[in-house]
Amino acid sequence: MIQQLNHVALLPLYAAAGTVILVLVMELALGRRGPVLGVAVFGSLATAACAIAVGGRSTSTFCTGGNCSWVLSPFATVAAVLFALLTVGVLALSAPALREGIAPAGEFCFLLTSSMAGGVVLGYAGDLITLIVGLETLTLPLYVLVGLRRFAPGERVTTTGASAAVTFFVISVVSTAIALLGAALLYAATGALHFAVLGGGSGVLAPLATVGGSLIVVGFAFKVAAVPLHAWAPATYDGAPVPIAAYLSTASKLGGVVALAAVIAHLDTGPLVAVLAVLTMTVGNLVALRQTRMVRLLAWSSVAQAGYIIAPLAVGARGVPAAAAYAVFYVLLEFVAFGVIVALRPAGADGGEIAAYRGAARRSPWLGAALVLAFAGLAGLPPGLAGLFAKVTIVDALIDTGWGWLAGVVALNAVIALAYYIRAAAILYAGPVGIAVADLRAPKLPVSWPVATALVAASAFAVALGFAPQLLFDSLIR
Amino acid sequence: MTWQQALLISVVALPAVGALVVALLPAGLDRQARIVATIFAGVTLLPAVLLGFQRPPLRHPFADGSTPVRPWVDFSVGWVRALHIDFHLGVDGVSYPLVLLTALLTLLCCGYTIWKVPAGGSGRTLAALLLVLEVGILGTFLALDLVLFFVFFEVVLLPMYAVIAGWGGERRRAAARKFVLYTLFGSVLLLLGVFTVVVAAGTGDLLALAGGFGLSRNTQYAAFALFAVAFAVKAPLWPLHTWLPDAHTEAPTVGSVILAGVLLKMGTYGLIRVGVGVAPLGAAWAAPALGVLAVAAIVVGSLVCLRQVELKRLIAYSSVGHMGFVLLGIATLTVTGIQAALIGNVAHGVITGLLFFLAGAIKDRAHTGSLADLGGLRESAPRLAGLLGFAAIASLGLPGLAGFWGEAFAVVAAVERGGPLWLTLAAVAAVGGALTAAYFLRLLRRVTHGPASPIISALPQPRLAGIEWAAWTPLALLALVIGLVPALVLAAAADPVAALTGVLR
Repeated sequence: MIQQLNHVALLPLYAAAGTVILVLVMELALGRRGPVLGVAVFGSLATAACAIAVGGRSTSTFCTGGNCSWVLSPFATVAAVLFALLTVGVLALSAPALREGIAPAGEFCFLLTSSMAGGVVLGYAGDLITLIVGLETLTLPLYVLVGLRRFAPGERVTTTGASAAVTFFVISVVSTAIALLGAALLYAATGALHFAVLGGGSGVLAPLATVGGSLIVVGFAFKVAAVPLHAWAPATYDGAPVPIAAYLSTASKLGGVVALAAVIAHLDTGPLVAVLAVLTMTVGNLVALRQTRMVRLLAWSSVAQAGYIIAPLAVGARGVPAAAAYAVFYVLLEFVAFGVIVALRPAGADGGEIAAYRGAARRSPWLGAALVLAFAGLAGLPPGLAGLFAKVTIVDALIDTGWGWLAGVVALNAVIALAYYIRAAAILYAGPVGIAVADLRAPKLPVSWPVATALVAASAFAVALGFAPQLLFDSLIR
Repeated sequence: MTWQQALLISVVALPAVGALVVALLPAGLDRQARIVATIFAGVTLLPAVLLGFQRPPLRHPFADGSTPVRPWVDFSVGWVRALHIDFHLGVDGVSYPLVLLTALLTLLCCGYTIWKVPAGGSGRTLAALLLVLEVGILGTFLALDLVLFFVFFEVVLLPMYAVIAGWGGERRRAAARKFVLYTLFGSVLLLLGVFTVVVAAGTGDLLALAGGFGLSRNTQYAAFALFAVAFAVKAPLWPLHTWLPDAHTEAPTVGSVILAGVLLKMGTYGLIRVGVGVAPLGAAWAAPALGVLAVAAIVVGSLVCLRQVELKRLIAYSSVGHMGFVLLGIATLTVTGIQAALIGNVAHGVITGLLFFLAGAIKDRAHTGSLADLGGLRESAPRLAGLLGFAAIASLGLPGLAGFWGEAFAVVAAVERGGPLWLTLAAVAAVGGALTAAYFLRLLRRVTHGPASPIISALPQPRLAGIEWAAWTPLALLALVIGLVPALVLAAAADPVAALTGVLR
């Protein structure tokens, strides 16, 4: 059978894959950091541009019998653009570390753009196979990226990164196996792989389909670091280089959300997702209260945020727009938070103890303001208006669909969450109490221009979206 | 856009612009930044005053059968369609006195920071935060969209936290954290309540929603329960008041003034505008419980004050009692009661604002707020002592001063309401009022009278600075003027209050 392919619809994927190949070729041909980084950034931006360019259409391709494996939708466009821009952002955040030679630039850029290519596929996926392949393409390069660290001669060699990578790898493989088993059971029960025809089975096979659907949800829940498959996140984030942790908690998480949304919209998994959401947000917030390391705090908070994101998915298809909107708001604010941490720390350093940030905002008021914006937004409070609207969106969606109690749980969790966000934010402005004078005089590190540009762009975007959230809602629904 | 609407918007926009300008001034220009902030606060007062002249002549409610609550001026533009949010501002007789009070107090506080910045941070940042607070508070009073009301309600949380945690007393961290978590708890309940209503009604327009909008009984019960707890935290109503004494005691003077003067009013105003306005059936259902708690607050507040040994803490607890009277007035759901609540709100803002200014001045000079160490202030600082005496007497509700009307008529309203429950509540509240007099007289005896304590007699600068006079005189005058002519506050409120309570009859 010969399929008619609509190459225009596939343009974003071509751009992403082309970027990957170009990066590889440039690395082999020139082997210099500058051009490789430049090509990676340019290619990612081109991917975003392609996604926007074809976004207006509603075409599909790879169709068999009316069901398509590549479906253009507004949400897919937003997701693809976000993946591309996050890749650009993480490349910018990594620039200082790459300049120091902490990671080999060619491999780094190749792996990161490969991951982006997987992410771009996700939103457009119209069947389970495409979705899982996309998700694996997104995740696979990250195993390496988490542990990719070169040590300068004489520098103390640590295995934190390697152990983080192994943790990530092992749990990821298990979860993928679970998701695949689920997909197989679902296919056995219903014979369907395309989302358009996905559904519960009938007759004796119905329980099998339910089990399959539940397994898929649990497997994908790993990607968003939802309880009970959350334990990898803090260890991995903290062991990985900070820009990669940023990618894990934004792009990788977004990938999980896209995958979950695609599946849940067609399966009746409400109670399971509701339980996962409640557990995830509560456990994440409670454990975050006790964290003393900055990246671990953000990791646990991002576990909790995953709970908020999947809460509206308990509703089913009607909750997808709210979850998508929350995910976008969250990704933006989380990126700003990680960006500030990169800017405040020396190149290649880890996130460090929260106590090490004492007085940081007094030395660098703009970075402090950006971090406060991000924390306030993640806590759902002004001045982080984007975060406020994110919280409002899911509460609205949950109450609107009769899930008032879940909205109540979300609301109460927001109170718990504020306790640690505000503790971390207050440290930034704290005066010199109980700390050696030498530490207080910690030099204000110069912020390299790629990091600064990425931060300014992301913060400006977050502020703009805070004042005009309707732009996002329009682009998600259209 | 008419020029009246431009006035309305500038009331919120000017302090926002001011905060931005002040925050962007270089750190070296600290004093100039504080002056700029004061200028912005002063300029904000202008449109706030001018709005008062937009008041239409008194109408007979329901004569034309149109929307019961009609603002003098309003402005509406769509904002976030997906979340049912319109940027809808408006002012009427219920909100106007509070708007004016907010603009005035912010101006006085900004002016005060020119003269004195509490230790802890830069004066520039403090002044900018005061302006942000003003935006949030004014926005809350002016919002005529339920979700917009919530958004502005949230705006004040973090700036107030920063003011307490940055410039407060010794145990400021814990106090600030308690404040922000406690009030956020209230806010999230408000969020749930807001969307319970918005989802059921399909609109967030407070003008359309006023009077219940035909919401079902159960929806109104649920919504009012959520609103009541949310606003009770903010107001605060016993037993949800425990954040208040710490926050007030630790906050810097200007923080305490704004907190007591206008921030608490967001709770009582919200209860009137949103609670009673949107869910009247729920209000009628919960009124007895609210009344009992309000009276408990009056009695508990007074009893605690009688045993209090710290100056600012005493004034803070007295707020619990005073807000109890305001809430009792609201709980009666009668025209008299709600008018008493409105005037009680304004009077408490003026008098307690003044009291916190004075307490701050005393603490700054004596470096202690302990009543045991103070005494004989009359001897070394007669003017300060005289003003404290005036403010305390105004606060205890002497007829002819502002504090009287709210308390007296809350009791009168409870009596009017009739029935054994409300008569009992009225009687207990009246006893609470007497206790209020007792503890304020005790305060005066301890602080101003008697032999001068060693600290007081060695007071470094007993004379009052010019800016202190400038900050306090308007408040003292207002306490007197409102006391003599309460109609100033109430005249404009008659229509909207009648409209609110009319639904219940």
